[in-house]
Amino acid sequence: MRANRTLEIGTGLFVLLGFAALLFLTTQLPASGLKLGGAKAGYHVTADFDNVGDLKVGSPVSMSGVRLGDVEDIHFDPKDYKAVVRIRIDPSYRQIPDDSFASIETQGLLGGKYISLSPGGSDTFLKDGSRIEQTQSAIVLENLINKFFANYSSRGGNDSQGQAEVPSKGAGAQGKGSESQGNTESKR
Amino acid sequence: MSNGYLLEGLRRLGSVAIFFLQLLVQCLPSLGRPRLLVKQIYNAGARSLIIIMLSGLFVGMVLGLQGYDLLRRFGSEEALGTAAALGLLRELAPVITALLFAGRAGTALTSEIGLMRATDQLTAMEIMAVDPLRYVAAPRFLGGVIAMPLLTAIFSVIGLYGAQLIGVQLMGVDRGVFWSQTQDSVALHDVNEGMVKSLVFGVACSLIAVHEGYHAEPTAEGVGLATTRTVVASSVLTLLLDYVLTAEFL
Repeated sequence: MRANRTLEIGTGLFVLLGFAALLFLTTQLPASGLKLGGAKAGYHVTADFDNVGDLKVGSPVSMSGVRLGDVEDIHFDPKDYKAVVRIRIDPSYRQIPDDSFASIETQGLLGGKYISLSPGGSDTFLKDGSRIEQTQSAIVLENLINKFFANYSSRGGNDSQGQAEVPSKGAGAQGKGSESQGNTESKR
Repeated sequence: MSNGYLLEGLRRLGSVAIFFLQLLVQCLPSLGRPRLLVKQIYNAGARSLIIIMLSGLFVGMVLGLQGYDLLRRFGSEEALGTAAALGLLRELAPVITALLFAGRAGTALTSEIGLMRATDQLTAMEIMAVDPLRYVAAPRFLGGVIAMPLLTAIFSVIGLYGAQLIGVQLMGVDRGVFWSQTQDSVALHDVNEGMVKSLVFGVACSLIAVHEGYHAEPTAEGVGLATTRTVVASSVLTLLLDYVLTAEFL
C-alpha cells in the first residue's frame, strides 16, 4: 500500500509538471497566447508617439542607459491618430522631471527598439498617470534612406551637373546593356 | 552471405510491423487496467524526470553561451531568446529527450521484458490464458508514448530558463527584450512541431524497446544483446525520423 502511494504521487507530480510545461509553452510563449502573471510594482505614465516602429510590450525604458522600467501597453488613439504608450517606471525612480523628453531608439544596428528618456529641467516630477509631452518617434530606416536620396538628387541638380549625371549615366548604361541583351536574344 | 543479412533485416522489419499492429489492437483493452498504465508512466516518465531536467538545463545554458557568442558578432544579442526558443522547441528538446529516453527508459523496458521471457513468465501467462501483449507489452508501450511529449515539454521549458539564465543574468541581455522577442517569434505551430515530433519518437522508441524485449533470445546473453539493439535502433531511428519530420514541417 505504501509503495503504491509513492508511485501514485510520483506519477501525479510528473504528469502535473508535464502539463504545466505544456501550458507554459502554448500560452505564455507565443505572443498570441493568453498572458498570466501579476502586475509589477511601479507607477505609470503615458506618452504619445506619431510612430512607435516595432516597439513592443516589454521593451525597456531607460535614462542615460540605465533601465528604469518597461513598456506595459501600446494602443492606438483613434482621435489623435497617435500611438499611446503606457510606461511602467520602477518605484525607486520617483524624481524624473515632468518635462522629460522621450524618444524611441534602436539597440545596436538591427536590435529591438527601446524608449530613452532625457531629463528636463522642471522642479516637479512625473507621477502616476502623468503624460510625457515631448516625444520623438521611432526612426524608420527606410524613411532615412529615402530622405538621403531625395537630398542627394536635389543637391546634385542645383549645384553640380557632374554629380547628378553619375547615377543617371549608370542607369542609362544598364538600360543599354539590357537592350543589347534583348537584341542578342531576339537575333537567336 | 549478404543475402542472409538482407533476409534477416527484412524479417526483423516485418516482425516489428506485425508486433506494432498487435500492440495497437491491445492498447484499448489494456486501458481497462489503469493501474498498470499508471505504473508504467511512473517508470518511463517520473523516473526519467531528473535526467531530463538536468540535461535540459545544461543544453539550454550551452545554447545561451554559444548563441550569445554568435549573435554578438552581428550585434543582435537580443535575438538570443528567439534562437534558443526555436532551437529547443523544434529540434533539441524532442531529439535529446528521445535519445535520453532510449537510454534511460528503453533499456529498462527491454531488459525487464526480456528477463520475463527468459524466466518463462510470459509463457506462464499464456498458459493461464492471460495475454502478455495486453497486460505486459501494451501498458509499457502506452506509458512510453504518454511520457515522451510531457518530458519534451519539461525539457523545453527548463532549457529556455537555462538559456535565459546565461543570456540575461550572466551576459546582460535585457530580460524584457529577451522574453518579448521570444514571444514575438514563437508561434503555436512551433510548439506543435515539437509535440508531434516527440509523439512520433515516443511511439518509435517504445515500440522498439518493447519489441526487442518481447522477442529477445531467452538467455542472459540474448537479453544483453537485445538491450544494446534497443539503444542503437532507437537512436538511429529517432535521428532519421527527425529529418523526415523536419522536412515535412518546414
